[in-house]
Amino acid sequence: MSSPLALDVADLSKKYGDRMALSHANFEVPMGSICGFVGPNGSGKTTTIRMLLGLITPTTGGGHVLGESIIEPEKYLPRVGAMIEGPAFYPALTGFQNLNVLAKIGGFATDSISGLLELVGLGDRGGSKYKTYSLGMKQRLGIAAALLPNPKLLVLDEPTNGLDPAGIHEIRTLFRELADSGTTVFVSSHLLSEIEMISDHLVMLRLGKVIFSGKTSDLLAKQQPVIVAKPENVSDLNKLAQIATAAGHKATIMENTVHVTGTSDFSAKLNKAAFEAGIILASLTPVKASLEETFFEMTGE
Amino acid sequence: MWNVFRAELTKLRRPSLSVSTLLAVTFVTSLITSVLFLLVDSPEGNGERGMRISRDVLSLPTGISLSFSNTAGLLGVVALCVFAAQTAQEYTYGTLRNLLVRQPSRMKILLGKLGAMKLFAIAMVTFSAIVGIALSYLYAGVKDISTQAWSTPDAKTAVWHSFINVLIATIGYGIFGMILGLLFRSPISAISIGVIWNLIFEGLLSAFVKNIDRYFPGQLLSTVATGGTDRISYQYALFTSYGFLLGGLAIVAFLFKKRDVAN
Repeated sequence: MSSPLALDVADLSKKYGDRMALSHANFEVPMGSICGFVGPNGSGKTTTIRMLLGLITPTTGGGHVLGESIIEPEKYLPRVGAMIEGPAFYPALTGFQNLNVLAKIGGFATDSISGLLELVGLGDRGGSKYKTYSLGMKQRLGIAAALLPNPKLLVLDEPTNGLDPAGIHEIRTLFRELADSGTTVFVSSHLLSEIEMISDHLVMLRLGKVIFSGKTSDLLAKQQPVIVAKPENVSDLNKLAQIATAAGHKATIMENTVHVTGTSDFSAKLNKAAFEAGIILASLTPVKASLEETFFEMTGE
Repeated sequence: MWNVFRAELTKLRRPSLSVSTLLAVTFVTSLITSVLFLLVDSPEGNGERGMRISRDVLSLPTGISLSFSNTAGLLGVVALCVFAAQTAQEYTYGTLRNLLVRQPSRMKILLGKLGAMKLFAIAMVTFSAIVGIALSYLYAGVKDISTQAWSTPDAKTAVWHSFINVLIATIGYGIFGMILGLLFRSPISAISIGVIWNLIFEGLLSAFVKNIDRYFPGQLLSTVATGGTDRISYQYALFTSYGFLLGGLAIVAFLFKKRDVAN
């Protein structure tokens, strides 16, 4: 039996004038996973998130959030926390008051606000006006606001924008803890290394179309690993490439190295073959394909 | 809706808005009351558009609330600004998307906001009434105007009627501001268009074109505040002005319900 879904969309499209912001998208996000939502600027990420949250009406198609149809957002939004296109709050109110406004509207208990401010590292600044906050602090308040309903699904658009490395690490840890406790985290980000580190699942968009949806590990497994060989003598580059090609591997000379497509098993064979041909290697490094490289390859950016 | 109402009150209570509104109300009420009483003997007049309101009129039971009811137009401008800003700021701050995620029913958002702003208008009008009546007593003493009739039951009735009429007018101006806020989605645009329409467009045309004020909501609301005039009855002013406003509100509420929130 397949795991229950936190999100599923089928044939979801949004058209603005003649432009398709999202075109016939289909994807699923399992419950309790951390799902990265990636794509170049203008690929339709925010449009998709807005449709999932009932802010804009789809042109065609539909979907479900926590098992409820997206045409009835009132049935699932009380269990969803969201931060869309960065934090947005009232500048003249304090961080605490801003959360208080949202808690009252959603009918949530206001006694959890102090704890949430502590959780996101704003415990000592909750009484300061929002307009005095740094970008990182605003971002933290946005995450606290998203956590107000104790959500089963957290939808976050670029949550680590403006955070320092320590802040990014804290948020990454928080996401993992939330996912471990059963909360699904659907997070869009342009920091692909971050997404690669935290996400179990991935939805990749390009020009309004879904080009990958599934497990992150499945996507990375599809990519050919590369061995980067650097001969001590630059004049041996061509000879080294020919050795790799003769062994049935694709080889490309890039700067002072040869990039050979193949698993790490081939490293020892390549080293031996190079030595026998009189080539001394300065370094030989098997490199796993990263999400960033995969992303660029798939999106053509 | 009740949740939205409570949340909106938190925003309306912020000192930058509530204190500045009270200062504005104090200023306009003091200005109108001072002109009415201190220029009572001036040949230039002490009422609207140079009208002369004599000592005898001010000594009547209705004299106690005359300054307060004359303040309605300016109180209306203050209400227009507050309602327009409170509505349109949700677009400029981008907070509307947060509100709609927490309360997906757009009509509940609208009605909750309107309810809270009406309560704010009640507080505003009450404060204006207190300031206006207190200053009337002060200036009556200064200008030697009899206040004997001001403590009669007729005076109490007049104060009550004035309060209700000014409140209806002020809320009407506020609804106009809310309509503009929803339509233009920018506080600056909504307020400037609202003020220009009310003070300049309606005011100027009414001064030069006979009877055109029968069709202008702002002019009709001023008539409601004063309890009607010889030319325009109270009932006509009330039903026509609120007919315009509720029609406009229904149209912008429909747009608000249907429009994508893409900012």
